[in-house]
Amino acid sequence: MIVLAVSGLQKRFGGVRAVDDVTFSIVAGEILALIGPNGAGKSTCFNLINGQITPDHGTIHLHGRDITGLAPRQIARLGVGRSFQIAAGFASMTVRQNLQTALAAHHRQSWRFWHDAMGAHVAEAAALLARVGLAAQADRAAGVLAYGDLKRLDLAIALAGAPGLLLMDEPGAGMALAERGALMRLVQKLAREDGMAVLFTEHDMAAVFAIADRVVVLDRGKILASGDPASVRANPVVQARYLGSGR
Amino acid sequence: MSFFLTQTLTGLASASSLFLVAAGLTVIFGVTRVVNFAHGSLCMLGAFIGWSILTRLPRDPAWFALGVLGTAAATALIGAALEIGLLRRIYRAPELFQLLATFGVVLVLADATLWLWGPNDLPLPRPPWLRQFVMIAGSRFPLFDLVLIAIGPLVLAGLLLVFHRTRWGVLVRAATQDRDMVAALGVDQRLLFTSVFALGAGLAGLGGVLALPAGSANLQIDLAVITEAFVIVVVGGLGSIGGAYLAAVLIGVLQAFGVVVLPGATLVLVFVVMAVVLVVRPYGLLGRDRGESRTDAEAVTLQRPAGLWQITAAGIGLALFLAAPLLFGPFAMAIATEMLVAMLFAASLHVMMGPGGMPSFGHAAWFGIGAYGAALLAQNLATPMPLALAGAPILAGLAAFAVGAFIVRLSGVYLAMLTLAFAQIVWAVAVQFVGLTGGDNGVLGVWPADPRGFYYVALGLCVGGVLILRRVLFSPFGFALRAGRDAPARAAASGIDMTAHRLAAFTLSGATAGLAGAIFTYSKGSAFPTYISVSHSVDALIMVLLGGIGSLAGPIIGAIAYTGLFDLLLATDFWRARLGAIIIALVLFFPAGLAGWAERRR
Ligand SMILES: Nc1ncnc2c1ncn2[C@@H]1O[C@H](COP(=O)(O)OP(=O)(O)OP(=O)(O)O)[C@@H](O)[C@H]1O
Ligand SMILES: [Mg+2]
Repeated sequence: MIVLAVSGLQKRFGGVRAVDDVTFSIVAGEILALIGPNGAGKSTCFNLINGQITPDHGTIHLHGRDITGLAPRQIARLGVGRSFQIAAGFASMTVRQNLQTALAAHHRQSWRFWHDAMGAHVAEAAALLARVGLAAQADRAAGVLAYGDLKRLDLAIALAGAPGLLLMDEPGAGMALAERGALMRLVQKLAREDGMAVLFTEHDMAAVFAIADRVVVLDRGKILASGDPASVRANPVVQARYLGSGR
Repeated sequence: MSFFLTQTLTGLASASSLFLVAAGLTVIFGVTRVVNFAHGSLCMLGAFIGWSILTRLPRDPAWFALGVLGTAAATALIGAALEIGLLRRIYRAPELFQLLATFGVVLVLADATLWLWGPNDLPLPRPPWLRQFVMIAGSRFPLFDLVLIAIGPLVLAGLLLVFHRTRWGVLVRAATQDRDMVAALGVDQRLLFTSVFALGAGLAGLGGVLALPAGSANLQIDLAVITEAFVIVVVGGLGSIGGAYLAAVLIGVLQAFGVVVLPGATLVLVFVVMAVVLVVRPYGLLGRDRGESRTDAEAVTLQRPAGLWQITAAGIGLALFLAAPLLFGPFAMAIATEMLVAMLFAASLHVMMGPGGMPSFGHAAWFGIGAYGAALLAQNLATPMPLALAGAPILAGLAAFAVGAFIVRLSGVYLAMLTLAFAQIVWAVAVQFVGLTGGDNGVLGVWPADPRGFYYVALGLCVGGVLILRRVLFSPFGFALRAGRDAPARAAASGIDMTAHRLAAFTLSGATAGLAGAIFTYSKGSAFPTYISVSHSVDALIMVLLGGIGSLAGPIIGAIAYTGLFDLLLATDFWRARLGAIIIALVLFFPAGLAGWAERRR
């Protein structure tokens, strides 16, 4: 079952073709890695898919429905969750309140004026925090977290929406190797057990090849190669342009 | 045809002086990112200093020109002193604190001018050459206006030349784009900023002295000019000199025709134009999005519900308010009511400015709508007090909703400017629609039947109102609102409709301010245009920032401290200068506000 299908996606910023005729799709339970050098257009792809920017050309279909041009909040409500390359929590709240806010939004309760936000979704929030390994930090201010923890919080907020499609922009940045491995295994488990489709980018190639089912290589906005991890790794063009020696 | 021509020329002449002041403001903002409220005061100083110089010089054109240049130089020096003495210390402070500090300067300069030159308007005796006319298309046109018309484009050309052809100008433009980059190049930023500020101040002084022949040096110039200059800078696009000229011409000409075609509605006209421009082009005519997402320092601190000591303090405070009429008599009751109203007013501003992230320079608009709403309901429809008190916030809320629908998408300074614009429209309506509002005389005789009973009604409404706001801020709605302020993209990606939440907060804030206004009307027995003045909007801002924007306790403490301070100072001479000095000191020494300071000390 195809969850996400992008086709002929194009976006330019002034003279830069950030994303140029990109086409790919993801099925349920699949983990697709989007890799490429700095400035390849990976984050721009994410921003296009979650509606933060609109494409110049091309279409984006979610579960067969055309979502091109919808606003981020609408796309979020269709079950697309994302994390950000520059992770941002809600800095004036505690870690737990961040999750409570996201959970309230997920349960369509953001228009409740008279309920106590801090008494709601406590258990659900705790479960999510435990999942990403933030349980001990629940009462700390999101604004003072270490960067790796902020990335974790960002992911937990994305997961609070129970997404059918999860976009993760460099989820392991700022984490130690072992932590990153654990996070990747968590994502893999979510994909395998809940059938969540995952699109992610990561500069750590070990992490990419450890969990990706398929890899798409982007270079200056264009797809350079795609396929299963082994064939992409063996691809001479990719080796020359990107993986280089020793990476 | 000749009507058309002369009105256009008149408009262009006033555009020139508007442009001079606005150009200074826009240049200063472009580089230092400080919205300089004191710019109008510099213009006023230009008028007074110019008056002193020109009345002592021989009265021919050459000496006049020399005197004008001398005045500009003098205000430039004052500007430099201001930059070195104050602004330099607060460049890293949150935008609103800078604004507050420059408002402190406004107050100090207003009293300094009063002290130096006295309270009277000082017209410039006009020598024959200043009274000459030329015939244009069959009608007489003042010669001096033609001179003014020429000066605008001349100064524009001069500025463009300086900014594009000199090393200094290129550095200034680079700093406008990216000031840290310029610092990295090893340029002495301090000197650059001081010189830019001096240039801007000089232009303001020039504008002030050149407006002398058509008017007088008077103490109203500061606030009148700053509002107009803000409008022009915003319409033209912050930081754009060419945009400022375009906007000045647009507004000058529009005013010239408006005076004839729609007399009595010129103010409304100007602000309507501004609103239209900003709705169509949110960054002004020639402005660009600078990615102005600078989060204020307060935004990133954790917001906690009140702790034990705060609740205890609130309890003691409440007890004092309950006992005030019994213990201290009617005078204390009047002051206590003022404090309560201020508290609700400030708390309502906090909702939109703090958690909502929408600063307002025109919060008095909603207060005024509530005040006049209640007064007119009571006077014209003989509405009983409870109904009038209920109707006022509904009116204010509806107005806030209608205005908010257009502007909550905007950010930061632009949003604040549009709230200011709307407040000015409401103010103009109150002043100019004499038949309904009584104009400057206000609406009188709206007293409650039982003053002491009313005091407790006011106490209940104000405290209750604040408690309701508190509850809302800690509801899922309040959290979603705050989430949208803290990290807009993150919130949207979680499915939060930030625009709708902001609009709801804007409406709630307006309605609450309207309630405060209605209570105030009954406590004073009247409604006046001063309730809607710029300075009343600034009062609210000061109260919020004084207390600290980080929590709801801030505006409450701020309102009580400010009202108390105000009542203490009001009885003294030169109270404005004292108040201004206190504000400046507060910004310099308590940048997180009183509540924030207390929080940190614990
Ligand atoms: N909002 C924007 N305005 C202008 N140019 C942009 C914008 N966003 C991205 N770009 C440009 O588009 C290109 C692709 O950027 P993008 O952020 O998508 O790359 P990336 O693959 O995510 O890189 P990285 O690995 O560094 O995160 C870059 O050249 C970048 O400068
Ligand atoms: Mg990126």
